[in-house]
Amino acid sequence: MARFIALRLLHTILILFGVSIVAFGLIHLIPGNPLDILLPPEAPKEVVERLKVEFGFDKPLYIQYLAWLGRVLQGNLGTSVFTGLRVTGELLSALGNTFVLAIPAALLGFSLGTTLGTLAAFNHGRLLDKLFSVIAILGISMPHYWLGIALVIVFAVLYPVLPAAGMGGGGGIPTNWDEARHLILPVITLSMIPMGVIGRIVRSTVLEILSQEFPTALRAKGLRHRRMVWHVLKNAAPPALAVMGLQLGFLLGGSILVETVFNWPGSGQFMNLAIFRRDIPVLQGTVLVLAGFFVIINLLVDILQALIDPRIRR
Amino acid sequence: MADVSTLQPIILPDTSAGAEPRSYWSTVGERLAHDRITLAVGAVLLCVILLAIFAPWAATHDPLQGSVMRRLKPIGTPGFFLGTDETGRDIWSRLVYGGRLSLICGVTPVALATLIGGTLGLVAGIGGRVVNMAIMRVVDVFYAFPSVLLAIAICGVIGAGIGNTILSLMVVFTPPIVRVTESLTAQVKNRDFVEAARASAAPLHAIISHQILPNVLGGMLVYATSLVGIGIILSAGLSFLGLGVTPPNPEWGLMLNALRQAIFVNPIVAALPGVAIVITSLCFNLLSDGLRSAMDIKLPS
Repeated sequence: MARFIALRLLHTILILFGVSIVAFGLIHLIPGNPLDILLPPEAPKEVVERLKVEFGFDKPLYIQYLAWLGRVLQGNLGTSVFTGLRVTGELLSALGNTFVLAIPAALLGFSLGTTLGTLAAFNHGRLLDKLFSVIAILGISMPHYWLGIALVIVFAVLYPVLPAAGMGGGGGIPTNWDEARHLILPVITLSMIPMGVIGRIVRSTVLEILSQEFPTALRAKGLRHRRMVWHVLKNAAPPALAVMGLQLGFLLGGSILVETVFNWPGSGQFMNLAIFRRDIPVLQGTVLVLAGFFVIINLLVDILQALIDPRIRR
Repeated sequence: MADVSTLQPIILPDTSAGAEPRSYWSTVGERLAHDRITLAVGAVLLCVILLAIFAPWAATHDPLQGSVMRRLKPIGTPGFFLGTDETGRDIWSRLVYGGRLSLICGVTPVALATLIGGTLGLVAGIGGRVVNMAIMRVVDVFYAFPSVLLAIAICGVIGAGIGNTILSLMVVFTPPIVRVTESLTAQVKNRDFVEAARASAAPLHAIISHQILPNVLGGMLVYATSLVGIGIILSAGLSFLGLGVTPPNPEWGLMLNALRQAIFVNPIVAALPGVAIVITSLCFNLLSDGLRSAMDIKLPS
């Protein structure tokens, strides 16, 4: 197990290294100097030169990258060229707001998906199974930004019972009922895709396990139904966990659109704003941190899978 | 003692004609012909595609011509049966024309990614350790980015526009296609018939085109079809953020964003472009499911 974890860790570090290169290199997809896009064309030449030196854009690319990486490893993502504020602090508070949405959405989506998928598999071919298949495929075919708009139309416009946008308070974890109410629509919106994806994978995995011989053997042994469900679910857990890890990452990344719909001051809006302001340090930092989270979540999922299923440890 | 005349001769089935073993594709066709859901989905998709192609005839108004006299009319207005948008343009005509851009932005990146990713995956699957490592580790890095994040970041840097949307989605879709193709290829590579072909001195290109490709293409097709559904959602999402197709072009994501300002005036009309996205993406997902079960393919997860 220690060997497995060490290998996964090494792999993760290599991936993170690659991710940092992509996040840094992203802005060099467009030819020319990043400052040229930032500054108006009529900017005086000496100002441009001074800024170039100040931001280090005059040095060769690999030096710029190494300097950036060195600062990032110390937890410094640079300063926003637009607001002049430190990126790290701003990003962390925006990320906090994203987690306030993503974590309840993940919990809701995963638990609904697992429950419904298991129920559907144990009732294979019956009405419940068919009904679930319809809900699940709708969940994955629906653009979540549209679902958000549709929910706002129904619950904030036609029957105004819930707030349409915003966090209600100053941000962070909700402390009162009004702030909690602002969570309801975006969390439901975000949970639909994980619900559909997890439900489908749980259903097909459980069906596959039920077609193997050991559930029949367990039943023949006289095991109670509840105990048998437990055994089946334990076997279905590793693939479901792998997908949950991926989905958690998609929730972090995909919340960009939902945050726009609900005007939620999270990391997605932060990044969106950076794009329109051409704020390169903010864009680089957000992409790096969000992808970094995704990589680390997947590492944890890999280890969790190996803990549950010894066969994965190789 | 039994009467000899009651003993009937055993009639063997006539194997001389018409009872050949059925080919794989005729079995697939047979299964599809009995799959009512997939047939219905195919019909709906055909309608959507035909409407998009023949948009000039299907549209009732100019999709770009608005009038302040008829802004935000509700559904069922005479002459504008799906209403009008915030500048008085006919919603039905814009939806029909919008299908063109939405379908192009959903299908093209997947097609390009299948071509590029499929080739890379095939090379990685057949090639030796070093080639495989080189391709798959790079893919791992791109896979480490959530798809929406990567698409938005790329489009955010290179700018809005149809070409850039297609390019960024192509980058997003290539890694998963490489992974699927690589593992499909690796599965086929070790099968006995490939071994047999190799033993009979078949050249590599012949093995690829006769033994490997026919067994990999089906899975790639099923997977790519499911990606088109995601492609339509993502490209509309990019336009929704203002990073994809630029106004005043009619495109579903863009329409959704523009009409979002009007949800308090005309809520139902504001939801319509989303309905178009849902129907199209749902159809591609169901088509992928139907093809998968008809072709009896198990995709690597």
